[in-house]
Amino acid sequence: MLDILLTHYPVLTKGLTTTLVVSLSAIALGLVFGVLLAFGLTSRSRWIRWPCGLYRSFWRGTPILLQLLLVFYLLPEVGIEVAPITAAILTLTLNTTAFQSEIFRSGIAHIPAGQIEAARMAGISAWQTRRRIVMPQVLRLTLPPLTNEIITILKNSSLISVIAVTELMRVSEQIASRTFQPLETYLAAAVLYLAVNLVLAQISAHLERRLAGGLATE
Amino acid sequence: MLDLALLWETRELILQGLWNTVWICFLGCLVALSLGLVLAALRLSSPRLFGYPVACYVELCRGTPLLVLLFLLYYGGPSVGLRLDAEIAGVTGIGLYGAGYFAEIYRGGFKSIPKGQLEAARMLGISHWHALSRIQVPQMLRLIVPPGTNQLIILVKESALISIISVDDLTKNATTIVNQTFHVIEPYLAVALLYWMLIELIARGGYALEKHLANREPRPVTRQGESAHAHG
Repeated sequence: MLDILLTHYPVLTKGLTTTLVVSLSAIALGLVFGVLLAFGLTSRSRWIRWPCGLYRSFWRGTPILLQLLLVFYLLPEVGIEVAPITAAILTLTLNTTAFQSEIFRSGIAHIPAGQIEAARMAGISAWQTRRRIVMPQVLRLTLPPLTNEIITILKNSSLISVIAVTELMRVSEQIASRTFQPLETYLAAAVLYLAVNLVLAQISAHLERRLAGGLATE
Repeated sequence: MLDLALLWETRELILQGLWNTVWICFLGCLVALSLGLVLAALRLSSPRLFGYPVACYVELCRGTPLLVLLFLLYYGGPSVGLRLDAEIAGVTGIGLYGAGYFAEIYRGGFKSIPKGQLEAARMLGISHWHALSRIQVPQMLRLIVPPGTNQLIILVKESALISIISVDDLTKNATTIVNQTFHVIEPYLAVALLYWMLIELIARGGYALEKHLANREPRPVTRQGESAHAHG
C-alpha cells in the first residue's frame, strides 16, 4: 500500500484536491442556502413553509447516488449542458442545503425567544436581529453537527466518480486497474479519506474550544 | 407530461430492483445491529482490553466512505482469496459499516443511564447480571430507538451504492431503464419515491416502537417528522 501511495502520489493528490474542491464548494454554498432554507422552514407563511418542507423531504429522503444520476442525466434533457464537475457540485449543494437547513433550524429553535422579543422591542429590525443576535449564537451551537455534515459530504463526494468526475475514488479505480492491485490501492484511498476526516475533526474540536466561552444557554 | 405507461412496462425491472434492495438492506441492517451490539458489549465488559480496538473500528467506519469498503470487499477481496458475490459483498459492506455507527449508538444509550441507578441497585444487593437485564437494557432500548432509526434510514440510502458494484438494485435498474428508453424523469422519480416509501416505513416503525416503549413510563418522545432523517 505504501508503494502505491509513493509512486502514484501526483495523481492521488490531484484526485484528493478535486475531492476537496467539490466538497468545500458544496459545503460553502450549502451553508448560505441552508440558512435561507432554515428561515423558510420557520416562516409564518404556509406558502413558504410548504415548498421548503417538500424540498427538504426530497433531498434528505432519497439516496445521494440517485440524486447525482438524476441531475446528471436530466440537465442535458432540458437543454442545459454542464461539465460533470458542475453537476456534481450542484447536486451536492442541493443535498447538503436540505441537511444543513435542519441543523440550522434546530439551532435557531435553541435561541431563547426572549432574546428575539427583547431585540424587536428595542427597535432592531427582523433582519438585523437575525444577523447580529441569532446567527452568531447559532453558528456556535451548530458547530458539532455541522462538522459531521462536512465529513459526510466529503465521504459522499466519492460518489461523484460515477458521473465521471476525476476525484479521489476515480483516480483510485484507474490506478487499481493499471497496477492490478485493487486491495492496496483502495486501502490507500481509505487512508487518505481517513486522514482528511481526522484533520477536519481536530480543526472542529479546536474551534469548539475557542468559541466555548460566552454561550447563551437556558 | 410524465409517461406513466413506461413505468408499467418496466414494472418487472423496478420490482426486481426493489426486492434486491429490500433483502440486501434487511440483511445488512441485521448484521450491523448485531455486530454493533457485540462491539458495544465487548467495549462495555472490558474497557481496557477492547476500548481502543473498538474505538478504532468506529473511527474507521466514520472516516471512510462506504464505497471504499465495498470496493475493498468486492474488487480487493480476490487478492486475499475472498471471492464474494456482489450481493453478499453488499450485505457485508453495509453490515460492517453500520456496525461501527451502531456500536456508538449503543454506547451512547448505555452512558445516558444515570449512574445513580446502578449504584442503588448494587447497594440493594441486585446482582450485576440482574441489574443489566432488568434495569439497564430496558432503558437503553428506549433511548436508542431514535438514533437507531436514523441510522437504519441512512443505511437504506447508502445501499444505493451497491449498484456501483453491479448489484441489480433499485438504482441500477432505474439506470438500465433510463439507458434503454432514454426517459430520465420517470424511472428516477419512481425509484426515488420507492426509496422514500421504504424510509417512511422505517421512520414510522421507529416512531411506533418509541411510543410503545414510552408507554411503560412517562418520557418525552420525539415529535413525528423530526425523527431527523440524518445523513446518508
